[in-house]
Amino acid sequence: MNSTTKQNDWLYTISPRRKFINLNFKEIWRYRDLLLLFVKRDVITLYKQTVLGPLWYLIQPLFTTLTFTLIFNNLANIPTGDGIPSFLFNLAGLSCWNYFSTSFTGTSSTFKSNQGVFGKVYFPRVIAPLSVVISNLVKFGIRLLVFIGFYIYFVFFTGKASLASPNLTLLLLPVLIVLMALLGLGFGMLISSLTTKYRDLTYLVGFGVQLLMYGSAVMYPLSYFKEKLPEYSWLVEYNPMTVFIELFRYMTLGVGRFSISYFLYAAGISIICFLLGLIVFNRTEKNFIDTV
Amino acid sequence: MGKKDIILKAENISKQYRLGLVGTGTIGADLNRWWHSIRGKEDPYLKIGESNDRSTKGESNYVWALNDINFEVERGEVLGIIGKNGAGKSTLLKILSKVTSPTTGEIKTKGRIASLLEVGTGFHGEMTGRENIFLNGAILGMTKKEIKSKIDEIIDFSGCERYIDTPVKRYSSGMTVRLAFAVAAFLEPEILVVDEVLAVGDAEFQKKAIGKMQDISKGEGRTVLFVSHNMQSISSLTNRCIVLEKGNKIFDGNTSDSIDFYLKNNKVTEENDYKAEPIKDLPNILGVSVKTSNVSKVHIFGEPLEISFRLNVPFSLKGASLSFQIVDKHESPILHMWTFDSEKEMCRKPGVWKLKCVIPKLRLYMGDYTLKVYFTGPPGGEKYDIIEGVCPFKVEMFKIYREFEFRPNTCKYIEDSNWLINQE
Repeated sequence: MNSTTKQNDWLYTISPRRKFINLNFKEIWRYRDLLLLFVKRDVITLYKQTVLGPLWYLIQPLFTTLTFTLIFNNLANIPTGDGIPSFLFNLAGLSCWNYFSTSFTGTSSTFKSNQGVFGKVYFPRVIAPLSVVISNLVKFGIRLLVFIGFYIYFVFFTGKASLASPNLTLLLLPVLIVLMALLGLGFGMLISSLTTKYRDLTYLVGFGVQLLMYGSAVMYPLSYFKEKLPEYSWLVEYNPMTVFIELFRYMTLGVGRFSISYFLYAAGISIICFLLGLIVFNRTEKNFIDTV
Repeated sequence: MGKKDIILKAENISKQYRLGLVGTGTIGADLNRWWHSIRGKEDPYLKIGESNDRSTKGESNYVWALNDINFEVERGEVLGIIGKNGAGKSTLLKILSKVTSPTTGEIKTKGRIASLLEVGTGFHGEMTGRENIFLNGAILGMTKKEIKSKIDEIIDFSGCERYIDTPVKRYSSGMTVRLAFAVAAFLEPEILVVDEVLAVGDAEFQKKAIGKMQDISKGEGRTVLFVSHNMQSISSLTNRCIVLEKGNKIFDGNTSDSIDFYLKNNKVTEENDYKAEPIKDLPNILGVSVKTSNVSKVHIFGEPLEISFRLNVPFSLKGASLSFQIVDKHESPILHMWTFDSEKEMCRKPGVWKLKCVIPKLRLYMGDYTLKVYFTGPPGGEKYDIIEGVCPFKVEMFKIYREFEFRPNTCKYIEDSNWLINQE
């Protein structure tokens, strides 16, 4: 009877038109279980059939940090600030850096590594990069615990970190974590969308990330770089990751730079990067299977 | 009566693909596109419309895999989609399952669409069967709660209970497929898209899968879009079909009409008959042809089959004989037919001889067959000509009704029989 009105009552439409940003939060919410299962898959399967299992999540950062301390501080004599153990300094920088870089490299291969599934089934594609970032957040959490463990050890048991002074900016930590995630996610989505057509970027990402680490004040304080190489310092200074890492060290150890303007600048970059990544990702996801 | 309840409507669906390598040169095309779109002009590459003909070389690098497809599906209907390879079936399914988007046109639906495109994607080898059920279910759009409530049924249906807590990488390929199909079979979307899943697993599991498909479509009244090459499953599962050819919809109607149309339209162009030149001073076979009940060398079980031969006889032969075997695809001969000079005079004078064998009711079971032909002298004598693997044809059973569907490789042939049933 009322079929004429019902005729227009479509649940959804599949069409070529693309909205500029087409984020269907309702749909993503409906697929939240998938998001969690992806995260679970990423976290669990990494060390399946290993003897040490999840212990690797501890061993990896420890050994990298030890190596860094040995090379950059003991050998190359990079100062890490008075009263701050260089081990703690490096652990702080590396934790942040790893969080960003694994999020970035993980998401940058979204389309390529999920080609099989994406080619067969539909689900909101954005779930895949989101899951990468969330599973990296879990890993970052573990690293943070390691960091706290050593922090307590150094402060209370050795007294070496007498000058380490966490301060009120620590309240910004959640914001910082989100911003780093946005930066990695945005960059990653951008690259992953472009790599579906232009494979060259895969190679660029490979060594680009490594080079970028040296420009992100991971193993040296920004102030030291400015002092030694003032003419290149802008390269490091305007790198949003430098801002974030310096801030992280400032809030936990009391060394590093914290300036509202730089922070807002880096936050702006992250958000713009994320939005840009999202737009490009959205444009790509509908047809990528034809070009990949 | 009221109006039809349309659950899915496709309007002017077209899909363009770029041929050749994607990579070098695309930046140029991309920039050109972008430049046109900035000025508010149409995409310059969209104007070039060429039909998707696999075998002829086109002029442009862009083809239409689908061209202006329109159709409607009613709630509870099972629609078959048939067509040759490259007709656009899979592209249409990909668009329906939102894997890729159409270039023009739109599809409107009133229900969730879920697809069973090649099951088993998204399985992770390191995870156990149980974990994979959850992961795969979630990929297919189920919530954790839904899966939890069905997990026992899924495990039971898959028949992999013993291995369910073992990593999937240790599974045999058959087990993986069983598990994957089991997950997919318990999806509950309003519209289910199925692509050739029935071609997997062993006979027992296929039976189960088909049964489940029938339950879904008939019992639960869900809408199913079903793509297959197998006319048998098409005819037993669907009630309406659309036929695609080179990206165009060329037929839309009830299943048996559609299959007829498809077979007629899908004429085998290459010559199927055997032909040879006469050899001087030696008897040989000049030609063999099989006349099947349908076009395209498709024969319906139980229909008469005619096989014709032309023989070159350069000099008069004594005691000649012609025999042939129908050989199945495993190269085992299924039946043997012959004619002897002693029974029916043949080849006693030089010239070209024509022979025709009519099998009034061919009882061969469904499958692919070829002929092996012997042209010989009297027993123990000369063998003039032997040819094999010629005149391939196919036997289908899709016009025969049976409560259970005919499955391939069940037997070699079916005999007429009478049953007497009494209660003691």
